[in-house]
Amino acid sequence: MIRTSDGFDPLLRRPLSLHDAGDVWIELFFRVAGRGTALLAEKKEGETLDCLGPLGRGFRMDGFGAGRTAWLTGGGRGVAPLYYLARTLISRGAGVRVFYGGKTSAEIPLREKFESAGIPLDCATDDGSFGFAGFVTALLERALEGGRPDGLFACGPDAMMKRTGRMALGLGLPAQLSLEAVMGCGFGACWGCVHRIKKDDGGQWRKICEDGPVFGADEILWEEA
Amino acid sequence: MADLSTDLGFLRLRNPVLTASGTFGYGTEFLPFLDLAAVGGIVVKGLYFGPREGNPPPRLVETASGLINAIGLQGVGVERFAADVLPELRRRDTAVIVNVCGSGDEEYYRVIEFLDGHEGIDAYELNISCPNVKRNGACPAMDPRATREIVAGAKRRSRRPVIAKLSPNVTDIASIARAAEDGGADGISLINTLLAMAVDLDTRKPKLGNVLGGLSGPAIKPVALRMTYQAARAVKIPVVGMGGICTGRDALEFMLVGARAVQVGTANFVDPASAVRIVREIGDYCDARGLARAADIVGTLKTGL
Repeated sequence: MIRTSDGFDPLLRRPLSLHDAGDVWIELFFRVAGRGTALLAEKKEGETLDCLGPLGRGFRMDGFGAGRTAWLTGGGRGVAPLYYLARTLISRGAGVRVFYGGKTSAEIPLREKFESAGIPLDCATDDGSFGFAGFVTALLERALEGGRPDGLFACGPDAMMKRTGRMALGLGLPAQLSLEAVMGCGFGACWGCVHRIKKDDGGQWRKICEDGPVFGADEILWEEA
Repeated sequence: MADLSTDLGFLRLRNPVLTASGTFGYGTEFLPFLDLAAVGGIVVKGLYFGPREGNPPPRLVETASGLINAIGLQGVGVERFAADVLPELRRRDTAVIVNVCGSGDEEYYRVIEFLDGHEGIDAYELNISCPNVKRNGACPAMDPRATREIVAGAKRRSRRPVIAKLSPNVTDIASIARAAEDGGADGISLINTLLAMAVDLDTRKPKLGNVLGGLSGPAIKPVALRMTYQAARAVKIPVVGMGGICTGRDALEFMLVGARAVQVGTANFVDPASAVRIVREIGDYCDARGLARAADIVGTLKTGL
């Protein structure tokens, strides 16, 4: 959770995932979507950033070592944590392939970064201005017709997570989905960022910040549109 | 170092800073961030008798210097609270006030009767002012008679002090404060959130799943201060002020208009150690001004009226 202002407007911290990290550094990647992220984008080298974290439960990578393959799907700003995830999985010996979607070729800004890190990448744009023309979930679906990874990992807007989760469940593939939400605190105190998660007797609202943001596709219940 | 201790009559506090219900979880969520013994006390999230679902998301909208929430009091209920949370809180040296909810008068009383059978609670705060439970935002604290009756019923049953938490969504806060006093309340706390809403012009949809919500944060501080002032003038029982408090100076302003203690709410989300910082800032202010006791500032506003 990142504080964007020293004062109280904007009031709340912004929930951002780790885009990359090393021994003594972290990297954040975000899109300027409002005043908070606009202020964050103005931060200069040498300034201090008020960060609270890491918080919640991230992607679980146990079992993904040599000889195992993971396919990662991300769209929009949801692609942010997939870079760190891809690097980590590769360093553990797992085979990685990334599916990256955006509205236009301008909205897949991390394409070159993935490519120069040598991470196998397939892109999709809604308007067809780069790569596959259509949603990244359609691109993933087509790829799944030709091959199967040992697991899926995804982060992005709800519609993308819902589609990816359904696909994974249909194929019997384990999938971990990272959910997005507006968050009040980030550490489980406000109960503001809930999603319906399966329980014995149906479902219950669970906190995305604390119990997630990553849930198994088989745990998540979606509202019928 | 100034003396920060605060006497509510029914409860002595190490300092005047409490954490507000609904913004501090059950207290245990904050253990990684602050020492509970450093605050005056904590008011834990509102408890119904049984577990409660809460409202559908979205539950939060940020507004200018504020936050509208429509959580709907999702919670674990008294049994799990007593079994899982209370033992943990009893190991900490801090005052514990439990915020008590109910769908009708009887449920408030059942919660109190159940909790009366457990140790480790210093007082109850009757949540008769949550705007997120009924569709139209209505609550008992909007009506003097309902306020008096529910407080009197709680007092008859409770072996512990009862604080009535009041709503700002009323025409005359003084009459509601007096109704709580008439009902036998040991103290009052105010304000709960201001009934509010936010809409998306482009999609023409409400921004909250519950349509209506409650506004909190620095945006409401002037309203909260005014209502604390009016309520404190209307009653003799102790007043606990809250609404947008983010700094030690904010807290002292509420004390200046008559609050004996304060609650820190939304600031806990932004900085989980806010309450402890505010305690320190109150001490620093008193030391810098040569005030021996922070409590000496209570109700000393010079209005000239």
